[in-house]
Amino acid sequence: MIALGLSCAVFALGLYGVLSRRDLIGVLVSVELMLGAGGILLAAAGAASGATSGAVQSIALMVLLLAAAEAAVGLSLLLALHRRSGRTRVDELSEVSG
Amino acid sequence: MTVVLASVVLPVVLAVGIALAGNRGIRVAQVLAVAGPGGALAAGMSLLASERASSAVAWRSAWLSQGGASLPLGFAGDALAAVMLVIVGVVAACVVVFSWGYMAHESGRPRYFAVLMLFVAAMSALVLADNLVTLFIGWELVGACSYLLIGFWYRKPEATRAAIKAFMTTRVGDVAMLLGMAVLWRAAQTLSLDGIVAALPKMPQATVTAAALLLFVGAAGKSAQFPLHIWLPDAMEGPTPVSALIHAATMVASGVFLVARAWPVFEASGVARATMLAVGVLTALYAALVALAQTDIKKMLAYSTISQLGFMFAALGAGAWGAAMFHLATHAAFKALLFLAAGSVIHGSGTQDMDEMGGLARAMPVTAAAWTAGALALSGWWPFAGFFSKDAVIAAVAAASPGASWILVFTSAVTALYVWSATFRVFLGASRSDHAAHESGRSMLAPLAVLALLSAVAGWAGPAFTERLGAPEEHAALATIAAAVAAVAAGTALAYALYRRAPERGASLPGGLQSAARSGFGVDAAVHALVVRPAVAFAQWVARVADEKVVDRAVEGSAALTGRVGGMLARLQTGEADVYASLVAVGFVLLTAVVVWMGGR
Repeated sequence: MIALGLSCAVFALGLYGVLSRRDLIGVLVSVELMLGAGGILLAAAGAASGATSGAVQSIALMVLLLAAAEAAVGLSLLLALHRRSGRTRVDELSEVSG
Repeated sequence: MTVVLASVVLPVVLAVGIALAGNRGIRVAQVLAVAGPGGALAAGMSLLASERASSAVAWRSAWLSQGGASLPLGFAGDALAAVMLVIVGVVAACVVVFSWGYMAHESGRPRYFAVLMLFVAAMSALVLADNLVTLFIGWELVGACSYLLIGFWYRKPEATRAAIKAFMTTRVGDVAMLLGMAVLWRAAQTLSLDGIVAALPKMPQATVTAAALLLFVGAAGKSAQFPLHIWLPDAMEGPTPVSALIHAATMVASGVFLVARAWPVFEASGVARATMLAVGVLTALYAALVALAQTDIKKMLAYSTISQLGFMFAALGAGAWGAAMFHLATHAAFKALLFLAAGSVIHGSGTQDMDEMGGLARAMPVTAAAWTAGALALSGWWPFAGFFSKDAVIAAVAAASPGASWILVFTSAVTALYVWSATFRVFLGASRSDHAAHESGRSMLAPLAVLALLSAVAGWAGPAFTERLGAPEEHAALATIAAAVAAVAAGTALAYALYRRAPERGASLPGGLQSAARSGFGVDAAVHALVVRPAVAFAQWVARVADEKVVDRAVEGSAALTGRVGGMLARLQTGEADVYASLVAVGFVLLTAVVVWMGGR
């Protein structure tokens, strides 16, 4: 139950960050928070269900791993964007509008 | 199996080979092309020679299966098929050899010979078929080859128009034939000829009559019977050897063959036989009168072919399918001869109009002799082929309906009148053209000699022929023969008298009849007004209303709608990531609310 509350809180924080932050690094960090919230919930649910095989835990670890990879990709994209245009603010970027 | 290989597969292989060899290889390819008809001829001969080859199965295979029913492909050789194969082989071989000279200056020769080979294959498949599906496939393929060869000179608008007319008119008959096949399928659950015959006794009379009448309409379309005959005179736009092979000897006779092939169906329906007799007699007389008024030598022969096919259908209607097949065989020889001789005349004199010919016997003695043999056979002079077969037809009709046989006797007089009148006009007297006519080359004269020989002697084979087919034989009454001979003599004498009186005009009908007959007594115009014009008007209405207002509007409307919705949705895509993120958040909240609300229930 505590874990559920923690997960929700972290998720809400992340969401707030994504919506309110204007710099891309901040947005990226907030997205990572949201993903982390999912991981917490997964691990907690695994423990609560009484499963002993560790399968759920290994999935949670997998999520962490993916989060790291995703952060690396996101950061390198950000770096490339910065080198190209020098901009890292979300509201300055709208070249892909339809 | 070897029969099918030789008569169907070999010509197809040749057709492909000739087409691929193209203009460069045509000199060799056109010589090799003789092998196609040769294969058909050999197959027919071997079938004839084999011990009573009644329905010896050559090859059979399931083709389309749906549920428990399947449509098979199958070939079987019997005496009837063998006779047709021999006819096709002989005439096609003569036509191929004749075409070497006749088509020597044409550029589309690979196409010409390739389609000719395809025709031989299709015709062989048609006659060897042991079920109506296979027969119909061959039937349509010969129609397609006919279309391609009528339109051989496709840059000429009349030729393409004639090709389309031939295709469309025969299509009317083919639809009826398909319906007839559907009726038989419903009643017998099979389309194999043996199966249909076996199921016949259990069918209700109305079903048999409907099937027979529908099949007859199909046969009438292919064999140019009134009023579906209108395509055949126009089909003369094709090269003359093609007219000889397809539009005189073989394809147009396949309607007669179909009726003979499915004979038990027609035997079981008196209504269908009476219809055939009436249509045949009417067509024979009508076309002979129209032939009298033609000045184009090929048009005259075309109407003559229609008339002779009418004789065959009259014999079928009288129940004598053996006599019909016999007349088909002799007619194939002498009409192919007349057409090829006409081709030689056209080649040598440079015109098709008999008004511009005259005195050609001096310049073209061999052609003149060959034509004369054909004319003797067509008009029915003893001992030429037409005498025997036409008398067999008239005798058979006399046994069934004396009135009809008198019309046919009169028609023979008219036949003799038009063919001799044309003969005298073309070959005797003074030349009416400044074009110096010349005799054709040896490769064109050799086929004429072969066919002339056949026209002269084929008649003697009559009794053996009918016996081999297993058809009932008719013995002609002496009075009928005497009347027919007298009619032929009278027609010939009248033709000569008219020629002596006015050598350049030839035979003609009195006054207004002449121009009416020249245009076929307005049948063509009537069909045009009653069928073609309403059909075109309906098609235009469909194009204007159903197509533009319904189909086009639906298509264009859905395209416009998609575009407009897309435009509206495109406005949402601002390219600003924070807006997207907000929308995702809102969507997430809404979805969560829905899930919670639904889960609460």
